[in-house]
Amino acid sequence: MKQSKVLSLVALASIVSMSAFAQNKGLEIAKKADAADNGWGDSANTLNMTLKNRHGQETKRQMKSYFLEVKGDGDKSLTVFNTPADVKGTATLAYTHKSGPDDQWLYLPALKRVKRISGSNRSGPFMGSEFAYEDLSSQEVEKYTYKYIKDEKMNGADCHVVERYPVEKTSGYKRQVVWFNKSNYRVEKTDYYDRKNTLLKTLTFSKYKQYLGKYWRANEMKMVNHQNKKQTVLQFTDMKFKTGLTEEDFSQNSLKRAK
Amino acid sequence: MKHATIAALCLLLGGGVLAQEGDSTAVRKKMFSYSEFTGEIEGSYRYFPEESLYPGQHEEYFSSAFQPKLYLEWNDGKQSFNFQGFARLDQYDNQRTHADIREMYWQKVFRTWEMSVGLKKIFWGVTESNHLVDIINQSDGVEGFDLEQKLGQPMVHLSFAPSWGTVDMFILSYFRELTFPGEQGRLRPPFQINYDDVTFESDNEEWQPEFALRWSNSISVFDIGLSHFYGTSRTPIFNTVVDTSFNISFTPHYELINQSAIDLQASTGSMLWKVEAIHRESKRKTITAITAGGEYTFSNLFRSGIDVGILAEYLFDDRGQELITGFNNDIFLAARIALNDKQSTDFLGGVTIDRDTDAQLLFAQANRRLGETWKVSLDYSGFGNIPEDDFLYLIRKDGFVQVTLIKYF
Repeated sequence: MKQSKVLSLVALASIVSMSAFAQNKGLEIAKKADAADNGWGDSANTLNMTLKNRHGQETKRQMKSYFLEVKGDGDKSLTVFNTPADVKGTATLAYTHKSGPDDQWLYLPALKRVKRISGSNRSGPFMGSEFAYEDLSSQEVEKYTYKYIKDEKMNGADCHVVERYPVEKTSGYKRQVVWFNKSNYRVEKTDYYDRKNTLLKTLTFSKYKQYLGKYWRANEMKMVNHQNKKQTVLQFTDMKFKTGLTEEDFSQNSLKRAK
Repeated sequence: MKHATIAALCLLLGGGVLAQEGDSTAVRKKMFSYSEFTGEIEGSYRYFPEESLYPGQHEEYFSSAFQPKLYLEWNDGKQSFNFQGFARLDQYDNQRTHADIREMYWQKVFRTWEMSVGLKKIFWGVTESNHLVDIINQSDGVEGFDLEQKLGQPMVHLSFAPSWGTVDMFILSYFRELTFPGEQGRLRPPFQINYDDVTFESDNEEWQPEFALRWSNSISVFDIGLSHFYGTSRTPIFNTVVDTSFNISFTPHYELINQSAIDLQASTGSMLWKVEAIHRESKRKTITAITAGGEYTFSNLFRSGIDVGILAEYLFDDRGQELITGFNNDIFLAARIALNDKQSTDFLGGVTIDRDTDAQLLFAQANRRLGETWKVSLDYSGFGNIPEDDFLYLIRKDGFVQVTLIKYF
């Protein structure tokens, strides 16, 4: 009896230490991935978004995005729509934060009006796509807690598999499973589980290219929704880094001028 | 004719700037580094279910509008020319058949400041039911009686963005009168409006120089704006004229005003809190008005992707019954639904209720994209319980439904 009690204590302790180990290692990997992506400064790209329904019918959208790395906080971004034609010139400005809701503004060109949008709307779909706002927002280490699961091959590369749990209650997910490439810490795949812990979506990253000899960026991202069978493909073109963008290019005046 | 003068003035000005730019550029590979010609054409059908109150009015109206836009950019995007025209053709209403230059300005951008010269549209404010603070542009009174559409205003606009916010400075001139539907149009008073006899407090009449200054900033969850305007009031007061055969007509009079204003918004979670307040002084009167309320959004309702927003605002204006809008002591309630589908389908509907008289102003609208370059809109506007002493009593039978089809190019 005594022995079994001791044994179960040892077992419990090892479970606790195992889980502490898994958490530490998960966080360690997330930090390494973040560090590998430090110092890119600013970037710009053109994004082509293709929405496919379950019958394979396609709808396309195009937008231009500009990003600014902010030391000590989340990144700033400005996105302006080119198509569909009725939203041409509509633009969004976001100041993301490591903790707490992001600051977001929307510019409506027909009314010349800048409106603040509630930062708590994170889980809703972006422009009718399978991407939620939170999937496209700046991925900061502080936005999740982590747990290392195992090592596994994905897309032919050795990967760390890490589970992460959103800190914000407004998130639409209970958890995400991320495959980090072991050699360069770029993300190969993410599985999204809804609040009921059912697999909702899978995001795969492909056509990776290295910029400035250091930063890996996927030029194609495919999000498949397992529940409604729809998918959205993002294709990036004209990806540029260190284009000389400054704080002034992420102001409300710039938002109104954005083309 | 007046439009033509303004257009010529701006072209001359714009042309001068372009020429100067051309001369100072040593290597001229291409005049414009980027250009865009876009626009929209719409056709709409409006139906008034109730019989008209005044002779000459109709129940059904077809109309069509055209809105071309030109954007030219050069000097590495630091300089641009922006043009936006507007023209509407109405089946019956000769006032609603009109054209305007909404925007035609040259802009130069420096690191922390920008300058624009020409006709431009500026929007200030945060509330939804009423736009008290928004004063730079005259409303296009024949486009919609909600006065949401604006006429182009000639100006020199300087915007400076230091670390402590944004400072906007305006010098304006050439005042644009508020227009109303013509004899065969609905949503008009029974009296004739004597545009030719319009009077101004200023001896400079429509050429009175006007000045405006605004400071705005976003500090954590707050967006704040403080502004001051000196110039001709965008809202006329009407002098009643009775001729020898006892016909009553109205002659608009425009006063000189000083208006100080504040607009403030706070974003806390799913709630947006909004306040707009103005203090306006003229020789005749000092007025205070406030619109305050909020918008709560239930986002991604039941994981459906649908957003539902609830809006509530209180409107106070000590002008009382003198107001054309009648928003002297009113409650505004509305709901917004966005399906967030690939056609961006949305609905907005609501009511403004006068707390003294129970008079109601109802509205609803729905929008949906068709394919990639078309959009369809449905609009409803209605009046309920309007008392006899309310300005809206004159248009109480002018509730309507409208369908609009828009093609973008």
